[in-house]
Amino acid sequence: MARLRSIGNWFEERTGLGAIVAVPMAHRVPRSTASWAYVFGSATLILFVLQIATGICLALVYVPSPDQAYESLEYLNYQAAFGWYLRAVHFWGSNAMVLVMTLHMLQVFLWGAHKYPRELTWVAGVLLFLCTLGMAFTGQILRWDQDAYWGLGIGASIAARAPYVGSELVQALLGGPIVAGRTLSRFFTLHVFVVPGVLIGLVGLHLWLVLRLGINEWPMPGRLVDRETYRARYEAEVEKDGVAFFPDAARKDMVGMGVVVLAVLLCAALFGPNGPHGVPNPTLIDTAPKPDFYFLALYALFALVPPWIEEAILLVGPPVAIGLLLALPFFVGTGEKSWKRRPVAVLGVLLIVLTVVTLASLGLVVPWSPVMDGWTGLSTPPRYVTGRTPLELQGALVLQNKQCRNCHALGGEGGQRGPTLDGVATRLTQDQLIRQVLQGGGNMPAYGKNLTPAEVTAVVAFMQTLRPNNQPAARTATEPATPGR
Amino acid sequence: MCSSELDATTLPPPATSRRGFLFTLGLALNGIAAALVGIPVIGYLVGPVRRRAEQAWISLGPLRNFPEGQTRLATYENPFRVAWDGATANIPCWVRRMSGEQFQIFAINCAHLGCAVRWFAQSRLFMCPCHGGVYYEDGSRASGPPPRGLFEYQYQVRDGQLWVRGGQIPTLAGPV
Repeated sequence: MARLRSIGNWFEERTGLGAIVAVPMAHRVPRSTASWAYVFGSATLILFVLQIATGICLALVYVPSPDQAYESLEYLNYQAAFGWYLRAVHFWGSNAMVLVMTLHMLQVFLWGAHKYPRELTWVAGVLLFLCTLGMAFTGQILRWDQDAYWGLGIGASIAARAPYVGSELVQALLGGPIVAGRTLSRFFTLHVFVVPGVLIGLVGLHLWLVLRLGINEWPMPGRLVDRETYRARYEAEVEKDGVAFFPDAARKDMVGMGVVVLAVLLCAALFGPNGPHGVPNPTLIDTAPKPDFYFLALYALFALVPPWIEEAILLVGPPVAIGLLLALPFFVGTGEKSWKRRPVAVLGVLLIVLTVVTLASLGLVVPWSPVMDGWTGLSTPPRYVTGRTPLELQGALVLQNKQCRNCHALGGEGGQRGPTLDGVATRLTQDQLIRQVLQGGGNMPAYGKNLTPAEVTAVVAFMQTLRPNNQPAARTATEPATPGR
Repeated sequence: MCSSELDATTLPPPATSRRGFLFTLGLALNGIAAALVGIPVIGYLVGPVRRRAEQAWISLGPLRNFPEGQTRLATYENPFRVAWDGATANIPCWVRRMSGEQFQIFAINCAHLGCAVRWFAQSRLFMCPCHGGVYYEDGSRASGPPPRGLFEYQYQVRDGQLWVRGGQIPTLAGPV
C-alpha cells in the first residue's frame, strides 16, 4: 500500500493530473441532487464509453466494403472469439443509449434544468441527442444487410424531396448516383470518425457546463428562477447544505451505471447480436425493410400522414422540431422549475411520448402494408366454404388467387390495409360490391381490367355470403326488406 | 495579472517592426497552407455531389427472354460499378413486354420512399411492402401513398436485344 502510494506520488509530482481531477470530484453539489432521478446522465455517459470500447473492437475486423462487409459480420458472429458477444453488446448498448438518453432528456426538462443559467447545457444536450440518433442511423447502415440497402433507398427518397437541391442531396448521401461502393465507406467514416468526434467534443462541453454552472437543484414549487438572484441563491444553498459530488452524490450514479451496463450485457448474452439479416443483394426483392426501434415512429408516420401534407412534414417537420428543442430554453428560461406547476410542459411531454410510442407500436404491426404472401400462405376458414354453391366456391378461389387477402382479412387473418371482409355483405349490396371491385376507390385499386366478368360474378357471389349469422344483408333504401335473404 | 501587462503580450506588435513582419508572415503562410489544403478537400468532398447524374445503355438480354404480355424481373449491372461494389452492382427492374417491340421498363423502387415493389401477375398489380403503395400493370398509381406512378427507364431494341438506360437511383428529384 505504501509502495503504491509512493508510485502515485511520483507520477503526481510530475503530471499534477490528480489535483486536476480532484477538483471536479470533490466539488460541492446540492444535497437534493443525490437522487435516483439524477442517474440517467451518468448512465448515458458510461454507455457511450461502452460503445466506444466495443466499437473499436468491432472495427478491428469489420470490412467497410459492400462486397465483404456482410461476410465480415458473419465472421464476427461465428468465427472470431467473442465476436458475436461484442456485436451484441454494441447493438444492445446502442438501444440502451438512445433509451437512457431519452429518459435523461425528459427528466432534465421536467425538473426545469434547461432554465437560466443552463441554456447552453440544454443546447449541447440536444445536439448530443441528435448525434446519437445519427450514430444509430449510420450504425444500422453498417449492418450491411437487406434492411441497410433498402433503408438507404428510403433515405435517398426522402432527401430527393428537398426542393431545388434534391438530387444533390441524394448524391451527397449516397456518395454517387446510386447505392454502391462509395456509399458504405462514407457511412463508415461518419459512424467511426466524424460523428463520434463531434460527440466527444460535445460531451466535454456538456460536462464542463455542468461543472461550471452546478447540477440543477431539486426544484421546489413556487421557487421561481430569476436571472438576478438565481446564482447567488444556488451558491448559498450549496454552501449551507451541499455535499461532495464524490462520493456523496456519485453513489447512486455508480449504482445506476452498473445496473445499466449489466442490463446491456445480460441482453447481449441472452438475445445475441442483431443480424445481419438477408444478404444485401438488390436482386433479392422479397424484402420489407424496417428500421430499428428508434426510427419506427418516423417509419409509421410516413405511412399514415395524408399524401398532400407528407412533403411538408418530411421537409419542414424535422427542422422545426429541432429548432423548437434548441430554442426552448431561450423562450422559457426563467420562472417556475417544478413540473408540479408546469402543466403545459407535463402535457407536452405526455403528448409527445404517447405519440411516439403509439406510432412506434403501429410500426411494429404495419397494418398499412399488404401481407405479401397472404394469398398463398393463409387458409380460408372452413365456415366460409361449407354449404356454398359451386359459383360461390369459385368466388372464394378468385378472392384467394387475385391477392385480395393481401389487403383484406378473413377470419382474422390477412392484410389490414383494407376493411376485413367477414361481414362485408352486411355493409355493401350486390351492386355496391360489383362497383367496388370494378372501380376500386377508397384506397383500393380498380380490378375492372384484371378480372373477367365471370370472375367478378363469382367473387361477388362469394362475398354476398359473408355475413355473420342472423345479420341481415345490406340493402338499398328503396328495396323492400325480404326476410331470410 | 494587471491589464497593461496583458495588453503588451497579447496584442499584435505594430506592423512596421521586425516582430510585426514575422507575425504577418506567419499569418500569411498559414493562410496559404490552409487554402492549399482546403480547396482540394472541398473539391474532393463535393465531387460526387456535383458530378452529373450518370446514365448509360446496358443490355438486358435477348428479346426472347421477355414473352409478350408478361412482366418479368430483369437485372442489369451498374455501368459505373467499382471493383468493390459486390452484389450491389446488380440492379433489378421490372420489364413489361406489351407487344412486339413495345416495352415498359419500371424501376424497382417505389415512387413513395424507394422500397422494392413486387409484381403480382394474377391481379396484375405491383405492391410495395413498406407503406402499401399499389400500381397497375402499366405503372400508374393505383392506391396508397405514392405521389406518382412507377419510375420508367428509357429503353431501346437493338440487335435483337433489349437495352435499358440506367445507372442512377430513381427518385422524385431524378426520375431516371
